[in-house]
Amino acid sequence: MRFRNLFLTVLSVTSLFAFGAFAQDADTEKAIERYRQMLKEDPWSNPGLLDSDRGEALWKTPRGPKNVSLEQCDLGKGPGKVQGAFAELPRYFKDADRVMDVETRILWCMEQLQGFNAADLVKRPHPGGGQPVKELGAMATYVANQSSGEKFAAKLDQPKEKEIVALGEELFNRRSGPMDFACATCHAADGLRIRLQGLPHLSDPKEARKVIGEWPAYRVSSAHVMTMQHRMYDCYWQMRMPQVQLGSEASIALIAYLTKMAQGGEISAPGLKR
Amino acid sequence: MTMRPFVIAAAAALLASTAVFAQQKQTVPAGKADAVIKAAFPTAPEQFLPRLTQDDTMKQCSASHNNPTKTVADEIQKREKATIEYPADGQFLGDWKKGEALAQSGYGLRFTDYPANRPNGGNCYACHQISKKEVSYGTLGPSLYQYGKLRNFAEADVKATYEKIYNSHSALPCSNMPRFGANKVLTIDQIKDAVALLMSPDSPVNKD
Repeated sequence: MRFRNLFLTVLSVTSLFAFGAFAQDADTEKAIERYRQMLKEDPWSNPGLLDSDRGEALWKTPRGPKNVSLEQCDLGKGPGKVQGAFAELPRYFKDADRVMDVETRILWCMEQLQGFNAADLVKRPHPGGGQPVKELGAMATYVANQSSGEKFAAKLDQPKEKEIVALGEELFNRRSGPMDFACATCHAADGLRIRLQGLPHLSDPKEARKVIGEWPAYRVSSAHVMTMQHRMYDCYWQMRMPQVQLGSEASIALIAYLTKMAQGGEISAPGLKR
Repeated sequence: MTMRPFVIAAAAALLASTAVFAQQKQTVPAGKADAVIKAAFPTAPEQFLPRLTQDDTMKQCSASHNNPTKTVADEIQKREKATIEYPADGQFLGDWKKGEALAQSGYGLRFTDYPANRPNGGNCYACHQISKKEVSYGTLGPSLYQYGKLRNFAEADVKATYEKIYNSHSALPCSNMPRFGANKVLTIDQIKDAVALLMSPDSPVNKD
């Protein structure tokens, strides 16, 4: 899909000198597209599925100070219902009186059901390069995978849900830091790239529907699964901002906004990213 | 026949009311985003705290999605132009080779870049085509290939280039480009090197 955008960009480009780079970029994209096609034909070759399996085992194993599993965790469709739950997240949870994305909700369940200390779990929640995704991320991958093939169907029509989507849109456009960057700096127009990396136009539902459903995704460059919360953390890093906390209202707002943009898009998690 | 104006008026009224309805967008209370951002980075070291607050230009550009009204644009341009510090020796052209190196480097100011072990980069290639040799360039900004040649290496353009890199909003209010000088991302000498990369007749940008 992105390859097609790229092709259109090539057609519309006026500078002859750019052609070499576009051709090279197109080759890379072509190779990745071929890899994605192979994954579709043989889904078990996606390394991210190992983490999804690990997440399932963690989900079902009695753990934490209370030594219980997460099988009674309510992801929004009732306690114990995992299938299809991710497709309706983020959503407002009455028990927590806030809107939560999948990772924040699992964290909540780990604290409420298993007795873990959430403050400890958000201290270093993301893996370094080459390290496997952490336990929370593995479980998020499992939960997302249980909605794979479904379409994003979060209604986001409750008052608190509407508020947080609007907040997410404002944060998406908020410029900050020494570079004056906002999410919108890179993700508010079609067919742009950083170096050779294509940038999805995330405020456009057409493009958001194509890419948001691939998260959590196995990232070839860092050789691990990266979750959506990790993705936000990494973008803020690049924006020269400090470490955004997993489960913070800002992170949930951005995810809610992106999910709203992707409404109706197909979930194919874990996806595969460069 | 006599009914027709009435029908048109009714249709117009209906259209107007749906337009108003469609515009009834969920609003975010003033100050909410600031508070949420302050709370989102609880482990931020002291030196990062100023980054959580927006200055007036950031606020105006964010609110208008980088499309300010003429009045606001003029205000931004005036304010940002006033931030520009010029080289003490009056020379705008540095060393294009150093300019090429900083155009390649994206190092600096990320939370993993402390304590700093080398100078900040400008990361110009992330967004711009510059020299012909470097094929890995981004397209967020315009191509700068043959930048000086296309301007006949004019002295006024050398100065304008310095000003644009020092503070892009002084040339284009709400530009996406960082304010490299005003925000102390690059030093005056580094900006001169970047100017040389673009404006020196012997720079590969203009030679190849």
